[in-house]
Amino acid sequence: MCVALPGTVLELDGDVAIVDFSGNQVRARAGLVPVVPGDRVLVHAGCILQKVSTDTADEMEDLFREIDEILSE
Amino acid sequence: MDLNTIKQFLYEYDGPDMNIMEVCGSHTAAIAKNGIPGLLSKKIHLISGPGCPVCVTPSAYIDRLLELAKQENTCVVTFGDLLRVPGSEKSLRMIKGEGGRVEMVYSPMDILEMAKNEPETCFVFAAVGFETTTPVYALLMQELVKYDIKNVKLLTALKTMPEAIGFLCENGAPIDGFIAPGHVSVVTGSKIFEPIAEKYDIPFGVSGFEGAEILTALYAIVKMRGQGRVINCYPAVVTAEGNVEAQESVETFFEPADAVWRGMGSIPGSGRILREEYAVFDAGSRDLTEDKKKNQACRCDQVLMGKIKPTECPLFGKVCTPLKPQGACMVSTEGNCFSWYSNHREV
Repeated sequence: MCVALPGTVLELDGDVAIVDFSGNQVRARAGLVPVVPGDRVLVHAGCILQKVSTDTADEMEDLFREIDEILSE
Repeated sequence: MDLNTIKQFLYEYDGPDMNIMEVCGSHTAAIAKNGIPGLLSKKIHLISGPGCPVCVTPSAYIDRLLELAKQENTCVVTFGDLLRVPGSEKSLRMIKGEGGRVEMVYSPMDILEMAKNEPETCFVFAAVGFETTTPVYALLMQELVKYDIKNVKLLTALKTMPEAIGFLCENGAPIDGFIAPGHVSVVTGSKIFEPIAEKYDIPFGVSGFEGAEILTALYAIVKMRGQGRVINCYPAVVTAEGNVEAQESVETFFEPADAVWRGMGSIPGSGRILREEYAVFDAGSRDLTEDKKKNQACRCDQVLMGKIKPTECPLFGKVCTPLKPQGACMVSTEGNCFSWYSNHREV
């Protein structure tokens, strides 16, 4: 039930956003995090829960570095 | 490091046996769908915990929804997952078939339009969920208060994960690591699990829902065996602090409360209810403390606590199937028993 899907904000009208999921466009509430058109966002139960970072590659590198550091302590 | 290195490590692991529990129904489903148990050493045991909100919702809650659905000028509004969950006797789907009014929606916010179109009807939302979904109910409450909408109420069964995980550490199967729920963590932040990790010296890996993300979290957990640490393996959407705006919104309308988990009983502080000043929007949530099994042989309680595998329940796959569920774990696609049954999972 905690399923959430990433999409892209196409339009914003007040607190209501149109979010694109690979061609499917749905309305989603934007009251829980500030967003602008073009943002990648995570949508759960018709509401935007969070913005999705696009620096995934860097973040995974940081993550592996953190694991290595933990092991070398 | 790359995925192949991680896969090789997890497959060849020959250290002490490790029980690793996932406490998110979406992880349970993703683990089965990606065939992850088959990629692991026989010394790494994956155990499914109480991570499906529908599965841990007690029968008294369903029974109350059934009563409401049968009342004049009342409509129960729900997510689809809850329709087939058995109460002590019947489910919402059965009551709908008998003439009760039950509507399924995609978002709790859909109830606003329904309430506007039928001002004489009282719409009750079946507000179940963990920390991921509670902010959505807070958004709904904002609208109800702002526009003074009087014909919408919430019947809440809201749960919080850290207290339930603490309960499992004290009363459940022995666990050596947790795959922390990814979308709960989006809201709460990963650091919410730090006190439990430190208290029980158990590692937590916050994970996404792709196969590679789950394997990465498992790798981190196995490597950190015995260390009370939390590592965030889902950095694209999870931060240490979480979505503070969502947390504040929840605090405005809801307060911590003891909550009954199906099969596990009441866990102190493991739920949320509407604050006293918003009690007018509550459809009777505070009185729901009972939890009766529909079938006395059902072992959902032990499955949810990680004490037995779904296949060890005598009803599994025989009288209890997704088409005719006897317990809540066989209902939702995220339920432990449903996932094991539909993916022919054996380990």
